[in-house]
Amino acid sequence: MSSCGNSARVTEARRVAIFGGTHGNEMSGVTLVNLWVKNAAEIQRKRVETKPFITNPKAVEKCSRYVDTDLNRAFTPENLSAPGGDDLPYEVQQAQEINRIFGPKGSPEAYDVVFDLHNTTSNMGCTLILESSKDHFNLQMMNYIKKAIAPASCLVLLNEHPLLKYSTSRSVAKHPVGLEVGPQPQGVLRSNIFEAMRVILKHALDFIELFNEGMEFPPCSVEVFRVLERIDYPRDANGNIIAMVHPNLQDCDWEPLNPGDPMFLTFDGKTIRYQGSGTVYPTFINEAAYYEKQQAFVTTRREALVASAIGKV
Amino acid sequence: MEVDEVVCLPRLSRVAVCGGTHGNELSGVYLVRELLKVKKGVMEKEEEQEEEEPLSVLKVLSNPRAMQQCRRYVDTDLNRCFTHATLNGLTSGTVPYEMIRSRELNAMLGPKGRSGAVDLVCDLHNTTANMGLCLIAYSDCDWICLHIFRHLQRKMPDIPMRYIHFEVSNKESYSLDSVGKHGFAMEIGPQPHGVVRSNVYTAMKAGVQHMLDWVCFFNSGTLFEGESVDVFTMIKHIDYPRDSETRNITAAVHPHLQDRDFCPLHPEDPLFQTFSGETLRYKGNEPLYPFFINECAYYEKGIALSLARKRRVVIPTIRVQTEQEQAAHVQELASEEEE
Repeated sequence: MSSCGNSARVTEARRVAIFGGTHGNEMSGVTLVNLWVKNAAEIQRKRVETKPFITNPKAVEKCSRYVDTDLNRAFTPENLSAPGGDDLPYEVQQAQEINRIFGPKGSPEAYDVVFDLHNTTSNMGCTLILESSKDHFNLQMMNYIKKAIAPASCLVLLNEHPLLKYSTSRSVAKHPVGLEVGPQPQGVLRSNIFEAMRVILKHALDFIELFNEGMEFPPCSVEVFRVLERIDYPRDANGNIIAMVHPNLQDCDWEPLNPGDPMFLTFDGKTIRYQGSGTVYPTFINEAAYYEKQQAFVTTRREALVASAIGKV
Repeated sequence: MEVDEVVCLPRLSRVAVCGGTHGNELSGVYLVRELLKVKKGVMEKEEEQEEEEPLSVLKVLSNPRAMQQCRRYVDTDLNRCFTHATLNGLTSGTVPYEMIRSRELNAMLGPKGRSGAVDLVCDLHNTTANMGLCLIAYSDCDWICLHIFRHLQRKMPDIPMRYIHFEVSNKESYSLDSVGKHGFAMEIGPQPHGVVRSNVYTAMKAGVQHMLDWVCFFNSGTLFEGESVDVFTMIKHIDYPRDSETRNITAAVHPHLQDRDFCPLHPEDPLFQTFSGETLRYKGNEPLYPFFINECAYYEKGIALSLARKRRVVIPTIRVQTEQEQAAHVQELASEEEE
């Protein structure tokens, strides 16, 4: 991608993938991808090949998040080059296979765009996850999607934090896009959540089609929520959780959390308050899968990113 | 039965509160862990009280291995392992972990069907369905369970509460709560599995406390007036439409039905929405009450929702037996067991 002042030339996005089942119990993506593997008509667009793909079939079979290790943390350089074949944890083997098919990560042969479909138990609504503030193609796509579904809301979470950023399945692609829709319990398929995800993908593919046909997208401002820090549950000396997300915070993803606001409620009824220095915007509040990752929620701050004008090369 | 007849029942000396029967239903897991921390006092009657003996409350974490992995079960659903056949039958080959565990729990809290069993089992559960607080029992004429339900309703008026009756004979009863002389599951939702929601935890904590308070009132001689109670009796389950080859589901619970547990479902009301947008409708010939709508754990059991009939049950006035009445009752039971 080359940038000239406030404008960028991006190669056509000819190869796109839609990943479902990266976590085997996040049912919207599993269901959508299975549907499209059977009949891909809905995801066809001119000038682009879109491949639906179940990334973690064994976890999908068991309806569990993963078998040996979290696939969505497995795409590290060490894992991708690890020798050992069948002795490697299942998800590391899968990561290497996915990197072969859709990567190699970081190379010119990698897929142009990968959409990775996820659900969360948090009340996040529709969220697009961005891994780089300099990916103008993705920023323009997200701007397009937000406008297309208005007045319904779709927020953008930017995780560029050097320590908290992780090696996702989608990171094999040149333009990785995470799609997180909640709240939905693990293992459950809710019709409204399923349809919301489906609509977002429709607009995303429409954008790619328009772009490939030569449409130019002028500069625009995109509001994002940038990940600041991870907040764990209060724990005792043995590492056991001793408090729950406070009822005032539960389900309040994206709403301002001010210093002094209730944050946790201990099992015997005491309130623990947020002690930060300023207002933050919490999200991923009470995500089931994050209890074991020591995360009750993440804090973010609001930013307006400027996306350069883009057009195809 | 006369409405003003008083039914006298044996005192409830031993109560079991069980959590983690499904290892990922976290309100019960955390609540029982907390109860296990409390040494004395809050939950147990102190010795200075007037009654003859303190109430003994056993706190049990039913499925520790599943809890440790935050899964419903390890080998097989523990809450289906309490039939007489499973508890007492011969086993060969590798025995599933949960079968070993059900026998341990039966030894601890039972034996099921015998005079040594605990008086009351309260088994704590969560559901992804929007069911509020439900007591689920095998009987619609266990006056202890029904009076406890009414007590909870009076004490917790802001929580939607229902009594669900599964018409299963004692011989076929399969769940942990069937081990005690009286028992029920306390099921609270909606809560995703693997998550503890503070409002659900708080409701469960209050429910357990009010239940134990009731037992103490009962044991100390309080008269509980008869009245009528709405009981939901399970009639049937409905499965998702499935692909004939893969058995994968081909539709989701319809948005108009999702979260509408206990709202009457009439013939021709929407049930499912296929992935191609078609509405599938309820084809029964009577209105029924749906519950366990879209419970995660039931996909593998072939249940999208369950349906119940609602009816009013008249419950009598009850009180605890006096010592003489108790002695006569024990005598009667002993001769029954000999037969």
